[in-house]
Amino acid sequence: MDSDLSPQDRKDLDKFIKFFALKTVQVIVQARLGEKICTRSSSSPTGSDWFTLAIKDIPEVTHEAKKALAGQLPSIGRSMCVEISLKTSEGDSMELETWCLEMNEKCEKDIKVSYTVYTRLSLLLKSLLAITRVTPAYKLSRKQGHDYVILYRIYFGDVQLSGLGDGFQTVRVGIVGTPIGTLTLSCAYRTNLALMSSRAPGEEEGGAYAGVEDSQEVCTTSFSTSPPSQMVVPGKEGGVPQVLLQPSHGTQADHGRLPSCPAADMPHQAPPSSCNVLSRSTEVKSASPSDAIETTFTRKVGAFVNKPTTQVTTASLDLPFAAFAPRAYDLEENDPMVHPPASPTPSSPLQGSLHSQSSSQSGGQTQEDFVMVDFKPAFSKDDLLPMDLGTFYREFQNPPQLASLSIDVSAQSMAEDLDSLPEKLAIYEKDIDEFDAFVDTLQ
Amino acid sequence: MNCRSEVLEVSLEGRQVDEALLSLLHTILLHRSTGKFHYKKEGTYSIGTVGTQDTDCDFIDFTFVRVSSDELDRVIRKAVTEFKDALGNSGSDGMGQISLEFYQKKKSRWPFSDECIPWEVWTIKVNVVNLANEQERQICREKVGEKLGEKVINIVEVINRHEYLPKMPTQSEVDNVFDTSLKDVQPYLYKITYQITDSLGTSVSTTMRRLIKDTLAL
Repeated sequence: MDSDLSPQDRKDLDKFIKFFALKTVQVIVQARLGEKICTRSSSSPTGSDWFTLAIKDIPEVTHEAKKALAGQLPSIGRSMCVEISLKTSEGDSMELETWCLEMNEKCEKDIKVSYTVYTRLSLLLKSLLAITRVTPAYKLSRKQGHDYVILYRIYFGDVQLSGLGDGFQTVRVGIVGTPIGTLTLSCAYRTNLALMSSRAPGEEEGGAYAGVEDSQEVCTTSFSTSPPSQMVVPGKEGGVPQVLLQPSHGTQADHGRLPSCPAADMPHQAPPSSCNVLSRSTEVKSASPSDAIETTFTRKVGAFVNKPTTQVTTASLDLPFAAFAPRAYDLEENDPMVHPPASPTPSSPLQGSLHSQSSSQSGGQTQEDFVMVDFKPAFSKDDLLPMDLGTFYREFQNPPQLASLSIDVSAQSMAEDLDSLPEKLAIYEKDIDEFDAFVDTLQ
Repeated sequence: MNCRSEVLEVSLEGRQVDEALLSLLHTILLHRSTGKFHYKKEGTYSIGTVGTQDTDCDFIDFTFVRVSSDELDRVIRKAVTEFKDALGNSGSDGMGQISLEFYQKKKSRWPFSDECIPWEVWTIKVNVVNLANEQERQICREKVGEKLGEKVINIVEVINRHEYLPKMPTQSEVDNVFDTSLKDVQPYLYKITYQITDSLGTSVSTTMRRLIKDTLAL
């Protein structure tokens, strides 16, 4: 099957598929950050914009994607999937959609790799940009913040759609035929948005983290109008390096989001199936450890929110990187990160758009199915004490109607009033002298 | 070669017409625009980068992606506004259609003028409805948003069939295939035309407007 493909073409094709997979993940994740995305057109090619599209690379996302792929490429039977889920401030989660990049056996042998496949992949990315704004999760992600956040998870292997509930819909974004198989990009999205009560541990996928080749590969930006044999593909000769991937920076930014983070330069501690949080309140990635610490302390915590004492305990454990030890469920519940307080946080320069390289967090949270959302009002303490704010609110949420306001009673009394009017008038007429005297005293 | 033709229909309120048409036309143009070509020696060329921009609609629960080019946006908005005005002034039931046609130019010898050969035509049929109250308008906001989402999926489906596209031109031929007048992006040559249908269903004013700089103007 591959015998018709020249080594150079095969190499190019593998490179295209790899960068296509990485860009696909970027587009999907950025579309769920909750903000409008805007990139500029540039008439001069820079050599680092793959598929002639300006798609920024969030380093953490690329890192997660490469970790999931572990040096492999989407191939027959091994698909790359990006799962988007919602996590409420209570800690309940629900899968919203799964984007799949699959390869099947149908080959298009005569297609030109460096030109046709490349432009079709570019077209497919544009379609992905359009479709990511159309599925139901987009609107949910734009409204994320206090009540819930949107998470993503990348895995490689078999597609898992069971978490999407009954009646999920599928939309196909597009297909691109290549000499080694046909790439298909599709999205399966949940239609039943009722939260479920069962919690099953998330399945872990993704291979071990094989070494990342910090690629300096330049994307093909030159094409030829002459016949294929003379095709010139300037690639690596003195090209502009690809956006450098900086996992360490990524982890620092992650640390910036955790409430008690004593030291910086933490290794990436999230388990393989970590869900990464996409939230509007992002922070500028710091370039040095000290900055990471600073961002920790300048992170906004709402007024009246008590820092749970359990966190202090954890931090004081005699463990290196204690704050990154897998946290018990209680801690997650108390984490102001997961339950952001309802205080109006004014948008600060730190709350990033894509341009300030918004970070995503590997929160070390396992994927769970959804449970009933329990109301947790702003400024409330943990629901341990009786007559907590939440309990109070719940109990008095639906008070009975006031008797005087109920329609029947008032209608009745209205009729009674009307009937009794003549009698009342007669009484008042009798006492008319008294009333006149009263009025005189007032004057 | 056969020109493929796609028709999309939308029913909406008067104030939603602009945004709905912009969203669909921009979605099509997103797929039918490339970066600027820069020709080099030996018949090679490089392609500029196309940026994208999310745009929220005010009267529809919908967000669409367009190419980051203010110039292109101005041209499309102008066309849509003209169509909307024509729709309003015609006194018809508010039915009309706007067409986005992609074409190639074929040079002919003098004294014949160049031929415009369309290769893809998108027609959006618009039906304007009047709503009685705010509640209906709110429902319409959401419904039209969902409908537009379906239309975007239709558009993407057609485009990803990877049917005929003009061959990449040499430097001398580039203006026969692409609109090179914009400074940041390069859409395929296109023109936008519209028709207003009167209440009898016949076309009252077949108004052909060249709304983009057509280099045919000799």
